[in-house]
Amino acid sequence: MNKLLEIKGLHAAYGQTRVLHGLDFEIEPGSVTTLLGANGAGKTTTLRAICGMVKRTGDILLNGQQINRNQTEDIVRLGVAHVPDGRGTFLRQTVEENLQLGAMARRDKAGIASDMELVYSYFPILKKRRTQIAGLLSGGEQQMLAVGRALMLRPKLMLLDEPSFGLAPMITREIFEIFRSLNRNEKVSMLLVEQNASLALELADHAYLLETGRVVFSGRAEAIREDESIRRAYLGY
Amino acid sequence: MELLIQQVVAGIATGAIYACVALAVVMIYTAIGHLNFAQGEMAMFSTFIAWQLITWGVPYWVAFALTVAISFVGGVVIERLIFHPLANAPILSHVVLFIALLTILTSTAGFIWDFSIKTFPSPFGSAPLFGSSLISAHQAGMMGITLVLLIALFFFFRFTRVGLAMRAAADNPVSARLVGVRVSWMIALGWGMAAAIGAVAGMLVAPVVFLEPNMMLGILVYGFAGAVLGGLTSPGGAVLGGFLVGIIENLAGTFIPVIGGELKLTIALCIIVLVLVLKPGGLFGRATVQRV
Repeated sequence: MNKLLEIKGLHAAYGQTRVLHGLDFEIEPGSVTTLLGANGAGKTTTLRAICGMVKRTGDILLNGQQINRNQTEDIVRLGVAHVPDGRGTFLRQTVEENLQLGAMARRDKAGIASDMELVYSYFPILKKRRTQIAGLLSGGEQQMLAVGRALMLRPKLMLLDEPSFGLAPMITREIFEIFRSLNRNEKVSMLLVEQNASLALELADHAYLLETGRVVFSGRAEAIREDESIRRAYLGY
Repeated sequence: MELLIQQVVAGIATGAIYACVALAVVMIYTAIGHLNFAQGEMAMFSTFIAWQLITWGVPYWVAFALTVAISFVGGVVIERLIFHPLANAPILSHVVLFIALLTILTSTAGFIWDFSIKTFPSPFGSAPLFGSSLISAHQAGMMGITLVLLIALFFFFRFTRVGLAMRAAADNPVSARLVGVRVSWMIALGWGMAAAIGAVAGMLVAPVVFLEPNMMLGILVYGFAGAVLGGLTSPGGAVLGGFLVGIIENLAGTFIPVIGGELKLTIALCIIVLVLVLKPGGLFGRATVQRV
């Protein structure tokens, strides 16, 4: 079976501080995979390493193609859309310009315009606010904008970094519902990093547990959800 | 009253030059967060290139266009060769580089074209515009070209893909890379555009102040004053600030007896100090807030 993403022996460091110590995992095409673990386990760093935002070594195969030496800007062009922690909003540009920026790596004008409408159909509030400066949006709206921006790439793989961070539980629910329909209807594969383990496991097909830069456990999300000992030991619920 | 209007108009005309320089300064400031002290000397060097082309017999407007193009490429090359490798260096390294660039350009210009004062032609001539005593044809031309330049830049940033990419790169460089914007090239592009705008300013002001390697020294101070007054983070504000500085300078020079012609430059410095003390963000800039 062909994997969408295959990670083998991934190491990453910030300067002298090594964060990932030989990570292995893979993502099936069309699936939602989640990385779970405590603060400092290396979840965010893993996403950054995939995108070339930190120094990394090891194999990163996207559809079988080695991308561990590619620049961030080129990895985007291979269809990997990263929704970074902090949402990465372009605060001084309008909502619509933020979405246009999401399609910066594309050239097909007609496709971009129809995808803009698609994003607006998933997030009607963004359409209402499209001429507003993005810095004036609420946290939830900015998170929707970040997801919308990622969709504008028409990505094969979306990397989602703590999409629930700082949001009210109701808004979080709403956004996760949208993730589910995006995965089903638009066939976008996702790699989700999330503090809220129960929420992540509900959405995901597959889960990996990280501890200090290593995978300590992996399995089907359902199985982990039902395994009380793991839930208690690692996930705290 | 006649004198007042005349001085205001003259102020707007010189203000056009300050506006260009201020805009060039802001261009690089928004891209890399540092003031380019060599901006004036880059403009001076460009003007010498134009002078050389004209001396070789190239028609004025061809020389004008060629100089803008050469300056653009020069700006990009300076960024790629000198500043790009030091992108993450501390601010002092940048200041030293700017000053090095300044002295290198001044002495190279002096070496090639010597330090004697040269006249520079005006394409508009120095006759009064339509026989009016208010404004000369060259002054009107300065204002006109500046206006066209500003409008073109506005449209570029507002409505083109590259313009949007450049804004994004300045707004949030990390996020810009994540959507595929080649941020480091956007910075080089900013340098190129700053150099080209500076070249225009140099060629417009050279008929007035005459061409020599130190001709932009005072003008850069006025340009800084304009940029600071308008807000270093706001291109539109910098332009307005440039015009305001031109007007203030002219009025103060004429109507405050103590200042006269000699103390004019002091006004620019006073403006810088006053703005930084009273409203550090400038008229239209953002106040920077940093979490510590």
